Amino acid sequence: MSDLSHLKKTPLTGWHVENGGRMVEYAGYQMPVQYSGVLAEHESVREKVGLFDITHMGEIFVTGPGASDYVSGLVTNFVAKMDCGKVVYNAMCRPDGGVLDDMLVYRLADEKFMVVCNAANHDKIIAWMTDHLPAEGVTLDDQSDDVALVAVQGPQSAELVKRLDILQTRQEDLAGMDFYTFFTCEGPGGTWIVSRTGYTGEHGYEIYIPNADAAALWRELLAKGEDLGVAPVGLAARDTLRFEVCYCLYGHELAEDISPLEAGIGWAVKTKKKTGFIGQEALQAQKEQGVPRKIVCLEMTGRGIARQGCPVMYQGKEVGFVTSGTHSPTLKKALALALVAADVPEGELAVEIRGKEIACHTVDFPFLTARTKGDPMATRTLS
Amino acid sequence: MVPDDRKYSQEHEWIQLDGDVAIVGVTDYAANELGDIVFVELPETGEEFSQGDTAGTIESVKAVADLFLPVSGEVVAINEAVVDSPELVNNSPMDDGWLVKIRLSDTAELDALMDAAAYQDLIGG
Repeated sequence: MSDLSHLKKTPLTGWHVENGGRMVEYAGYQMPVQYSGVLAEHESVREKVGLFDITHMGEIFVTGPGASDYVSGLVTNFVAKMDCGKVVYNAMCRPDGGVLDDMLVYRLADEKFMVVCNAANHDKIIAWMTDHLPAEGVTLDDQSDDVALVAVQGPQSAELVKRLDILQTRQEDLAGMDFYTFFTCEGPGGTWIVSRTGYTGEHGYEIYIPNADAAALWRELLAKGEDLGVAPVGLAARDTLRFEVCYCLYGHELAEDISPLEAGIGWAVKTKKKTGFIGQEALQAQKEQGVPRKIVCLEMTGRGIARQGCPVMYQGKEVGFVTSGTHSPTLKKALALALVAADVPEGELAVEIRGKEIACHTVDFPFLTARTKGDPMATRTLS
Repeated sequence: MVPDDRKYSQEHEWIQLDGDVAIVGVTDYAANELGDIVFVELPETGEEFSQGDTAGTIESVKAVADLFLPVSGEVVAINEAVVDSPELVNNSPMDDGWLVKIRLSDTAELDALMDAAAYQDLIGG
C-alpha cells in the first residue's frame, strides 16, 4: 500500500482506518474509497441509510455589506434574492463560460454566505474569489480546514437524523424541511449547519460541524442507526450513486472546456440575471445560438463497460467521448454518460473500448429518478 | 492463506497443473484488491497465446485489470460461469472462480513461477 501519511486527514481518518476503510489519495486528503465493498455500500444508501465523510469539500464564508452582489457576480444561479436558510446549486464560470467548479451557495444571513466547492478545485476557487474581491465591503474566510462534513443519505436518513440528541428540540424544523434548505444549531464545538442536501439521489442530509464535533456525531449516527441498517460508505459508491441519477461530477461532465449548457446544468444558469456574472455574455450567446455538444445517456448492448475517455462512434465516425461509465449497481447493467456532438440522433451508437467498437444505444435521462423530494421510499422509474 | 498446491505469477494469477493442462485464475489477494468484480471477458476456446499475453479483462466497479497469461499455450476451456456471474471471482477466486484452462506448449515456463511461500512473501504477510 502506498504511503499516504503526507496527506491531509479528516477528524474521522482514524476511524476509517480502524474500521476497514481502504484509504486512497483524493484531492490532497487520505479518504476511504470503500469499506465492505462498493456494491453493498451503494445498496445501503439506495435501500437504507449510509454515512459519508466528505470533509474534504471546501467551505468558504463570505461576509459584509457587499457579499450578496459579490457572490451573485461570480455564480450562474440566482443568489442575491434568495432567503436566509436556502441553498442554491451553482456553477462558477470563466468569462468564456467554461466551468471553474460547481458548488452550493448557502445564505446564512443577509450579509453572510457559505460557498461549498469541490476539494480538487479548492485552491483554484480561493484564488479566483480572492482575485475578484472588491476593494471593500466583502471578507472571505476559508474555513475548509476547520469544518468537517458528514452526509447522511438514504430513505431512512430522516428517521436517523431525527434521533440525534442535538436535534431533539428541533423536531418541527426537521419535519418541515424542504430539499435545499438548512438550519443551524449550537453544538459543543460551535455552530452546526444541518442541510437537506446531498448528491446520491436519495432523501438525505449534509451536516457541517466543527472538526472537534465530528467523531462524536459519526459514532452517534452509527449507534442510533444500527436498527435502520446504517453503514459507512466510501467515495467509490458516492460516485456510482451520483452517476445513476446523472448528477454531474467535476472532472467528468464538468470542466473548464465544457460549457454548463453542454453538461446539462443550464437550469442553474440564469443568463437574464440583472446583476450580471462572469461568463454571462458568453453563456447568453450560447443559449441563443445553441451549443455544439450535449450529454447523452448510454446503455451498452454489446459486452463491455465504457469508461471515461472512451471514444463514442456514430456510423463509423468519432462524435464524442464518455465522461463517466461503470456497471450500475442498482440497474445491474453497463451504463455511460457521454459528451457528443449536438446533432447525433437518438438510437444506436458505439463506444470504442480497448480498440473494439462495442454497441450501445441512447436511453432517457436520467438512468434512475432521484427520490430527494416527496416520499423517500417512492417507487422509482427506470430508463 | 496461500495454498501450496499451485504456482503463482507476479501479476497475481495462480496456475494449477492437471496433466499438460494448466488451470488459471486470479488469487484471493488480487480479487480483494480489485473489489466487487462486475465484468469478465475471456478468450475463445482454441486461441493460442504466448506467456505474458493479455488474454482477457477483469473489471470491478472502479478498476480495469488485464488477465496476463502466465504460460504459453492453447485455450482448451473457459469458465462460462464467471462470464455470466463475475461475482464468482470474488466469492471463490481459487476454486469455482477459475478463468481459463490452457494446454501448455512449454512446461519449462512453470519453473519461473513462484511457489506458495514466495507468493506469500510478495503480498506480504
